[in-house]
Parts: sequence; C-alpha cells; structure tokens
Amino acid sequence: MSEIWTAVLVLSIIGALFAAVLYIVAQKFKVVEDPLIDEIAEVLPGANCGGCGKAGCRAMAEAFVKQGNMEGLKCPAGGEEVAKKVAALLGCTPEESEPQVAVVRCNGSCSNAAAKTHYDGLQDCAFANSLYTGESGCAFGCLGLGNCVRACQFDALSIDPESGLPVVDEEKCVACGACTKACPRGIIELRNKGMKNRRVYVACRNKEKGADARKSCTAACIGCGKCQKSCPFGAITVENNLAYIDFNVCKMCRKCVAECPTGAIHAVNFPPKVERPAAPPEAAKSEPVATPAPEAAKSSEPTTPNA
Amino acid sequence: MKTFAMGGVHPEENKISTAAAIEEFPLPQSAVILMNQHLGAPATPCVAKGDKVKVGQLIGKAEAFMCANVHSPYSGTVAKIDTCKDAFGMTKPAIYINVEGDEWEESIDRTPDIKRECTLEPKEIVDKLKEMGIVGLGGATFPAHIKYNIAPDKKAEYLIINAVECEPYLTSDHRAMMEHAEEICIGVSILRKALGVPNAYIGIENNKPEPIAVMKAMAAKFEGIIVEPLKVKYPQGAEKQLINAITGRRVPSGKLPIDVGCVVSNVGTAFAVYEAVQKNKPLIQNILTVTGKKLPSQHNYLVRVGTTYNQLIAHAIGTLPETTGKVISGGPMMGKAVSNLDGPTTKGASSVLVIDEGEATRAQETNCIRCGKCMNACPMGLEPYLFSSLVKNRRIEEAGEHNILDCIECGCCFFSCPANKPLLDEIRLGKNLYRGILMAKKK
Amino acid sequence: MKLLNVSGSPHVHSDESTRKIMWRVNLALVPTLIVAVAFFGLNALLISIISVASCVLFQWLIEKFIMKSPSTICDGSAVVTGLLLAFNVPATREMMWLVIIGALVAIGIGKMSFGGLGKNPFNPALVGRVFMLISFPVQMTTWPKPGENLFSMVSVPTTDATTGATPLGLIKEQGVGAAGDVMQYFIGHMGGSLGEVSAVAILIGAIYLLCRKIISWHIPVSFIGTAFIFSGILWLCDKTAFVDPVTTILTGGIMLGACFMATDMVTSPMAKSGQLIFGVGCGLLTIIIRNWGQYPEGVSFAILLMNSVTPLINRWCKPKRFAN
Repeated sequence: MSEIWTAVLVLSIIGALFAAVLYIVAQKFKVVEDPLIDEIAEVLPGANCGGCGKAGCRAMAEAFVKQGNMEGLKCPAGGEEVAKKVAALLGCTPEESEPQVAVVRCNGSCSNAAAKTHYDGLQDCAFANSLYTGESGCAFGCLGLGNCVRACQFDALSIDPESGLPVVDEEKCVACGACTKACPRGIIELRNKGMKNRRVYVACRNKEKGADARKSCTAACIGCGKCQKSCPFGAITVENNLAYIDFNVCKMCRKCVAECPTGAIHAVNFPPKVERPAAPPEAAKSEPVATPAPEAAKSSEPTTPNA
Repeated sequence: MKTFAMGGVHPEENKISTAAAIEEFPLPQSAVILMNQHLGAPATPCVAKGDKVKVGQLIGKAEAFMCANVHSPYSGTVAKIDTCKDAFGMTKPAIYINVEGDEWEESIDRTPDIKRECTLEPKEIVDKLKEMGIVGLGGATFPAHIKYNIAPDKKAEYLIINAVECEPYLTSDHRAMMEHAEEICIGVSILRKALGVPNAYIGIENNKPEPIAVMKAMAAKFEGIIVEPLKVKYPQGAEKQLINAITGRRVPSGKLPIDVGCVVSNVGTAFAVYEAVQKNKPLIQNILTVTGKKLPSQHNYLVRVGTTYNQLIAHAIGTLPETTGKVISGGPMMGKAVSNLDGPTTKGASSVLVIDEGEATRAQETNCIRCGKCMNACPMGLEPYLFSSLVKNRRIEEAGEHNILDCIECGCCFFSCPANKPLLDEIRLGKNLYRGILMAKKK
Repeated sequence: MKLLNVSGSPHVHSDESTRKIMWRVNLALVPTLIVAVAFFGLNALLISIISVASCVLFQWLIEKFIMKSPSTICDGSAVVTGLLLAFNVPATREMMWLVIIGALVAIGIGKMSFGGLGKNPFNPALVGRVFMLISFPVQMTTWPKPGENLFSMVSVPTTDATTGATPLGLIKEQGVGAAGDVMQYFIGHMGGSLGEVSAVAILIGAIYLLCRKIISWHIPVSFIGTAFIFSGILWLCDKTAFVDPVTTILTGGIMLGACFMATDMVTSPMAKSGQLIFGVGCGLLTIIIRNWGQYPEGVSFAILLMNSVTPLINRWCKPKRFAN
C-alpha cells in the first residue's frame, strides 16, 4: 500500500513543480497584445497571400491596429466586404477602390510566337529569364514555365497547354498581385475589372522595333501608333515601340482594337458581335467617372523591364 | 603533382582537335561588331554611318570605367550603327560593316618577325593594353587594363598564366602554345614587367605533354617564367582553384585574386598582349576551336571578331549534322548554349562545340538520394543539394547564409548528380535572387 | 533539323545515375546470396525471390494506385530493399510468407509513405525487419542449422526440425564459453540470418562498392572499428563476462549492417565527418544493446537509432569551405 502512496506523492510533487515552472514562464514571457489584432486577423481571409505587401494576414492586422485607420492599407484578396468589416472594427470609413483583376499582357502563344529553340533547363521563369530570351526569341514575352501559377494562392492561374500562356480565372482572382511580382518579365498587370468585366488592353510587352518584334512574334505590338491616333480619349500612349492603354482613361470604345494591324490589342468579355454605333456610347456612359484610385494608378505604371 | 584542395571531377577529355593546326579564317562579306564584348558597359561607337574603316581602326571607345575599346577587324564601310541580337538572343549595340578588301592600319606590324625587346615602362604597358582593347580571354572577358592597374594598397606577388584548359574539347590554348610559344613567353614577360613580380607561373594540365615540353624549352630562355604541370582535374582553370593549386593560397569569400597577391591571366591573353604591345595589333582576332564528336572534321581557326556562328559552321563542316542537339560557345562545362546561330563571335569566344542530341538532352530528374556526390565534387566546399531545396522553396536568405555566393558555377555538382537534378540552374537562380535581396537591403 | 536545345551549363553529365547505383548494390549483394544458398539450401533462394518480388510488387501497386505517379520500380531500389530484407531473416519455411508482410511494411511504411526513394528517414529493409522481429519473435529467432559442407545444395530441409542457435544467442544464454572457432565464423559457418553469416562474401561485395565509389570507407570502418575497440576494452576488463572483439565483429549482423545497411545513402549522413560520427554511434549502440540489452543482437536497432539522428548530423557536419 505504501508504494501507491509514494507514487501518488512523488507524482503530485512533480506535477506541482511543473505547474509552478509553467506559471512563472508564462508570466515572465507574457506578450501584451491588443485584442483588436486578433479580431481583425479573424476577419481577414487568412490566405497569407502577401498581396497587401505584409508578411501575412496577422502582420497586416498588426499594421491596421498600429495605424488606427485604413489609409494606404488594403487587403486586395478580401475586397470590399473585408474592408467594411475591418473598418467597422477600427471605427473608420473604408477606402473605396475599383475592383481589379490580373491581366496577362502577352499573346506569344505557340502559334503566334513559334519556338526557335528548345528550352531544356530548370522549369522556372526567373531562371530561364536570366539565361536567355526564351524559346521564341522574344525577350519580353511569357516563358510559360509557371512561376505565376505557383505564386497564386487562390488557384486562379493555370497554363493553357495549347497556347503555353497563363490563363486567369476571373472568378477566382482576387487581385492580390502575387503573380505580378512572381513574373520576372512584368507581363501580368492588375487592371480595373471594368463594367461587366469588360477590358481593353495591349497584350504585348515587346519594346523592340517593329520589325524585330515581328520576327519573334506575329501578334507583337510594333509600336506603329495607329491605336494612339484612333483613340478619342487619349488613353493610349506609345513609348519605346510599345502601346499602353491607361484603364483609368479608357472608355472601351474599341476603336483601337479594329485599328491594330497585328491584333495585339485585346478586348475581352464583350458580346461577340455588336452593332457598331450602339455598344461604345453605352459602355462609355455606363462607365463610372472613375474615382481616381491612387494605388491602382501607381500599379498600372508599366514595370521596368529586365532586358 | 600539384592540384587544388578539394572537390573537382574528371569529365571525359575529348580533346579531339589537338592535331588540327591553326588556319586563318576567310573574310566574310559583311560583319557585325558588338560594342560589348567584355565584362562591363558597352563601348561608345566613334564612327558614323558611311565612314570608311581600316583593319585595326578604333570604332568603339571605352568611356565608362569598366569598359574596353573595340577595333574594327575588317576594312570597309560602316553600313549602320544599330543593335544586334548576339548568339544568346540578347540585344546589344553593334556596328555593321560592309567588308571591302583587307586594308590594315599602317601602325600595325604585320611582318612575321618576332620582336623580343620591350622598352615600355609598366604604366605605359597598361595604357597600351587599354588602347588595344585587350580583355581576358579565359572566359570572363575582364578588361585587362583594369586587372593590371594594381591599386596602390595592394601588391602583386605572383603572376599566374592559365594554360590549364581544363574544359573538355577545347584546344585553342593547346594549339596557341604549340605554334606561338615564343610570342606567349614574350607576352608573359611583358605582363611580368607590368606587375613588377619576380616570377610568372604557367599552369598546364598534365594531359598536354607536348605543350608542356614546348613551353618548358621556351621558358628556359626567359627569365622568371616557370612552367608548372598540374594534375588533371576540372575545374583547375577556375581562377581561385588555379591560385590554390600553384601557390597554395585561398582567395577568401567575396575577395579578388589580388587580395592574396595573385594576378591570373589566360595564355591566350598573353599572346594578345604580345601582339598589342610589340606589334601594335589590337584584339581583333582570336583562336577558336570548331569541334564535336560527330563532326566530319575538327578545326582550330584564327578568326576575326564578328564572324557569325553560322559562317564558322558553314566553312568548317558545311551544315550541322542531322542529330545535332546543341551548339555551345565555350566548353561543355561552363560554356553557353547558342540560341541564335546568326549571332557574331566576340573577343572572348573560344570554341564552337557541337553536341549530339543524346548527350545534349538532359535526363529525367528523379528524387535526391542524398548520396552527397554534389558536395564531394564541389571545389568550393558548398552543399549544392541544400541550395537546391532552399531555392525551390524560395528560402533565399538561408541559402545566402550557407554562402551561395561562393559558388563559381563550375557545374561539378550537376555533372556528378545521379538524380540529374538541375543543381546549378537552381544555384544560379538563388544567387541572382540573393543578390537582389542584398541590393534591396543596401538601399 | 530539330530545334537546338538551350540550357544552362554544364552541358555534359557523368554517366552516374540512381539506377546504376542501385543495380550495382544488387550486384554487390550477389556473393552473399550465393553463400546463403550454399549454407541454407534452396530455402534461402526462395525467401530471397519472394522478398524481392513482393517488394517490387508493393512498390508498383502503391505508385500506381495510391500515389498515382510514374513507376520507379526499374531503378532497382525495391530490389535492394527486398534482398536486404531477405538477408535479415532466418531461412525457415515460415519466412516464405512472413517475409511478404515484412516487405509490405518495408516498402509501404518504411519507404513509400514518406514519398518514395530518397525521402525515407529510416532504412526500409530494417524497418521491415524490426517490425517482423517484434511481431513474430519466435519465428524470427528460430534458426536453421547451416549445411555441414559448403554447397550442400541437395539437403533441402523438408522440416525445420534441425534448428540451431546463433553464436550470439548461445553466448547470451550460456556465457562467453559458448563462443566457437573464429575461422568458421569468418567463412560464415554458423546459425543466423540468411545474409549475415559470411563475412567473406560481404567483404567481397563491400570492396566492389568501394571500388565503384558507391560507398566510402568511413561508415564501415568506423562502425566495425568502434565495435571492435569498445568490445575489446570490455573484454580486457573482464574476459569471463564479455566476448572477445574478433568474435564480436564476425558474428551477428555487424558485417552486413556496416557494409550494406548503415551505408545506405539515403539514411546516412552526407559529409565524411558526419559519416564517421554515424559509424561510431552505430558501433557503440550495437555493443551496448548486445551486452546490456534484452536482445542478443542490436545492429538493426543501432542503425535505425542512428538513422533518426542523421538529419541532425547533417546539420552539424558541414563540408569545409574552400574560401575560409
């Protein structure tokens, strides 16, 4: 019988000792934290996509609490809904911004930009970009090795096996911008979603002279400037042999699409065949006079190429 | 027999073009001269469209610090000044020349006589190297006048001439030593004088007994030139490994050879130095091997800069064999795969190597079996397998902590990997990303 | 003409491959297999064949139906596991079906559950072996007597009536006096598992692997050396309580373990210094388990325990940097 009591006694003492140690450690290393951080972190999507520029959702919540308002902080993945919730918790008004989506600005598919060499190295765009121009010879085009696909936390990107180009699933894309950072050639851009998801953009990044650009890709922007002349709103600029459409100015009249000799300008999600006079004015009317979103305008600057 | 401290591999040597004597390559009809054929900023064109140029005339002037002069290898008319895609597809500034005749600048001594005496002072020698656009011909094309302009707080103790040619297939240095031993030794003496060092060591791998014999006999006639036969092991020709093999010193991480009192130049550079200083001839020609196991013939050419790869192949063998898998500029271990055969050759080009399909295609990658072969092969004592997984998971800073920047990109790791993992690709990517991180931190 | 390939350097590769390494290990195991058949008759051959076949089959099934990945059975690693597993069991009739369970554990749990070759922390054959030893202790320690003469192939035992004991078992039960002739042990004329008896055959295979640079001397030498020195010290302290060092290293699984199982690339450290630590650890643990443990033999446990600290050793033992 005494053995049992010894065991009970010894175990109790050990238990009490450990409890004391745990208590002291917990007291000593206690971190005082604003409970608001937890609450906000709860509201955030929790994907840790890094779209906000912070290390993760928790870091973002800390930034919100530290700043006390939402100025300059935006959770692109959460969108309006999350912004409202966070604003309610912080007691401020959410910043309004146009919803955005990732757009692939390259049309160098296997048929447009035929392969002239065969790449046989590490399947990583960043490495291939540092090694050479890519299979088609275009130093600005998509390499098709899928760094953007791997960067996407929302499963919104995939490489189309037919064209070899990434395709954005607009339903899933939350415009976190992870892919734009992952792409070594700055091909993916966040653009305003636009009315009814309609967008007009130049699907090319090639800054070579027209003839050189055409050598590597039949659908390349050759910088002819026809689109610039045709645009009634002055939304198009041609710089370094490359046209760029400012989505904050564009009224989606699609005149440039018809003008482009190489088909480098893409118009997406428009009904297949519309009567010329009817559609553009309507689109122009329905387009809200865009509240200039400073963040969006900044990110729309063409990123520096790494030629 | 001397060699470097750790790692290394022994790839199949395949020196099949050693017997082919150096032939002069015919002039093309038109040529493209790139403005950056060296490490650093491109030279600035100093001729205009329509200008007549002579062989050896300065056409690209070095204006930046890290830059080298470019001279015209041809006589004729400047067709245009534009950009050109080089052999690797990169767009670079270039001068296009329509070749007319072969008229040389009068100042260049074209007689076959060997000029032995050099009366120039060290400073004048370095200026001459700058004027003549001499760059290192060992692969990195580092401008020679910068290398030989030793900072006042540093002191050169050893001049090491790299005649190792540890890359398989390449034979241009081998042929140069066989045919121009005396010129090379004069060039070495000039470099020795420029540095003011007592001795110059010429490191030659033991698989080249003939050049060793020729060079030894020639070096005996000169003061302070020592021929040092080395054990055959790749990458003996890498600067840090060669210094280690010959002097026993080790270049510390992130430092240059001069920090341990060494200056290393290629044997081809020594020949170019001879021609520049003694014969007034700028660097417009280099010796280039055209080789490959499946090629009907093997060649060593004296080629003018700006000849395209297609011209070289057409003249040497007609057309590429049907089963060609890859064309490489340089050796198979460190050379670059050519993606644009219309690209022109540059000062630093040492070979056109044609590799067959079977050898050129990488085998399927399998799981790492942690055999440690990459680690044992690494001449820098690094852990390639670790970098591979760190880079794959983008844990770049950790890779940096494991000294990824020490890597000299010799390729021993990938060469020896039984799982065919593209280790060097991953390491290169990691190095690039880590440099980016360091740059961002500096700002 | 086909498109030119483009990739980063190097553009050539040594002729090494995982497949070559594994098949060479298999080749190195052949002498041991021959001796096993010579001593234990066709039973040994049958067990080996069943073990190899079931390892390969299980790997194929798991890759095909569970992992849905391309099959890697051709790389020969499953054959190595199968052979080593067979070499670690006694040549009795029961083993012909028990070894199938061992193979399932070895391949399924020991290897494929971690993601296949290269990802397993423990030597798969030893995982299978230890599983069998714990689950079927009686069958796993019932040893047939080896044939009286070399190559007594004719005497295929119809029953397992003639059971003997391993020298280590005898010593454990009856004390040091039970140790036999060292020369007999060296050739392998003693009771034991299929592949562990003959030091000669194992050494032939090990020398082949050393020449082929598939293993380095570090693990076998440090393993056997440590076991020899440690048991030697014990023996010098008390010659009546401990076995002499020569008998120690020649009996039981030390030879097989040190040459073929501790040297498994996947589960042993990569740096040479780490390999020395690994070998010393294996040697110490083996002798400790043999002399003070429950089991007469401790090689499997020693190697498995050292496998578990391999990642740590890999962290400590870095190669020497050139630029330092």
